[in-house]
Amino acid sequence: MVLAKNIRDENGEAMMRLTCTVNGEEQVIDDIWPGESLLYVLRERMGLPGAKNACEQGECGSCSVMLNDVLVCACLVGAGQVEGAKIITVEGLAGEKDLHPVQQAYLDAGAVQCGFCTPGLIIATVDLLESNPNPTDSEIREALAGNLCRCTGYSKIMDAVRLAAARG
Amino acid sequence: MDFFRPQSLQDALKLKSEYPKALCINGGTDVMVELNFDRKRPEVLLDLSAVPELSNWSDEGDSISLGAGVTYTRIYEELAKELPGLAMASRTVGSLQIRNKGGVGGNLGSASPAGDAHPALLATGASVIVANITGRRAIDINGFYLGPKKSALQPDEIIISILIPKAKGGQEFSKIGTRNAMVIAVTSFGIAIDASAQSVGTGIGSAGPTPLRAYEAEKYAAENLDWDSYTPVSVVVMKEFGGLVAAAAKPIDDVRGTAAYRRHTLSVVSARCLKWSWQKTSEMKMGRP
Repeated sequence: MVLAKNIRDENGEAMMRLTCTVNGEEQVIDDIWPGESLLYVLRERMGLPGAKNACEQGECGSCSVMLNDVLVCACLVGAGQVEGAKIITVEGLAGEKDLHPVQQAYLDAGAVQCGFCTPGLIIATVDLLESNPNPTDSEIREALAGNLCRCTGYSKIMDAVRLAAARG
Repeated sequence: MDFFRPQSLQDALKLKSEYPKALCINGGTDVMVELNFDRKRPEVLLDLSAVPELSNWSDEGDSISLGAGVTYTRIYEELAKELPGLAMASRTVGSLQIRNKGGVGGNLGSASPAGDAHPALLATGASVIVANITGRRAIDINGFYLGPKKSALQPDEIIISILIPKAKGGQEFSKIGTRNAMVIAVTSFGIAIDASAQSVGTGIGSAGPTPLRAYEAEKYAAENLDWDSYTPVSVVVMKEFGGLVAAAAKPIDDVRGTAAYRRHTLSVVSARCLKWSWQKTSEMKMGRP
């Protein structure tokens, strides 16, 4: 991609134009600082607050999104690295009328307390069930090990994943 | 800060020679943390994730040439047979989100003594292939690590690939931490047995200024293993081996553990790794009992 080497703000900082597809819609975003993360772009420039900003070091999984069909932490992806990429955030999961089955399962199982970790866990669960529709408990734990929840103790989250798997 | 996203290796090398202070980013699992926390403000960010050569691996006969950006997820999904020790270590990296992005090139570029890939690379005798605009060179892994977060990589060079010999015997990896996921190793240990050369390779992580080999332990094991009939490793040999590994470590006390704890855990896990890797070697050579 071309960095906006010739486009500089009043402090001489380079600014970039980024083109990518987010939740099925092509987006062109201007004035991006080259050192910012995909998470910052989503939350602060596109108004998509679903992916949460917590640790900014990949420890908590709250900012999990799908980047070209791969589960990643949006805080660890450079904005410029997603030029031309396809991104799915939690906002892109539900249909017009219904929630995504995984979202519904989290609600039905009572797996949401404060809700801060929920978007990341739902994205990670969708990713798991796409590759493994009937995971064992240890497979669920392994797949969700990168997502921290400080409220629930994870029992209800496990219930929600089992429920989503059982409903197919 | 400027951002470059070259689409070919040649362009990447040109940019690195033009901007030797450029910070390379690929998986971003280390570099983005530095940026997010204001710890680094490079003048130039050189994104290598669009360079095709860096995200492939190839079979070179006796070795695997592993592109610097091949993710940990792909290593254990695609190379567990050829590189079992590195695959085991790759499974322990961070979380799925981290393993989906990070790769061995970044582990080497960061050169943290706690990097999970290092013990397997030391144990197998890997070479790091680096390049600048004028050409390539291979750096023996034993000469790659120079200090905490310091390596033999020159400012105008980019890590291209890692040449790793295929397993010729059992390999193991063990890591000590407070939980399975998202752990920076308190200590880690890798072993690779070469049944053809009748030799044993080791690598110690997180217990010194750089990843280390335990040369005395390697020599002792090679001399005391039963290469003829592959009888199981005795408790005496395990204990002696573990002691020699612990003695080779140069740990410090820090927030993750004390030096004494690091030595102790190394002696325990290395002895187990010797036992298990020898058992695997025996199964490979003699068939399952």
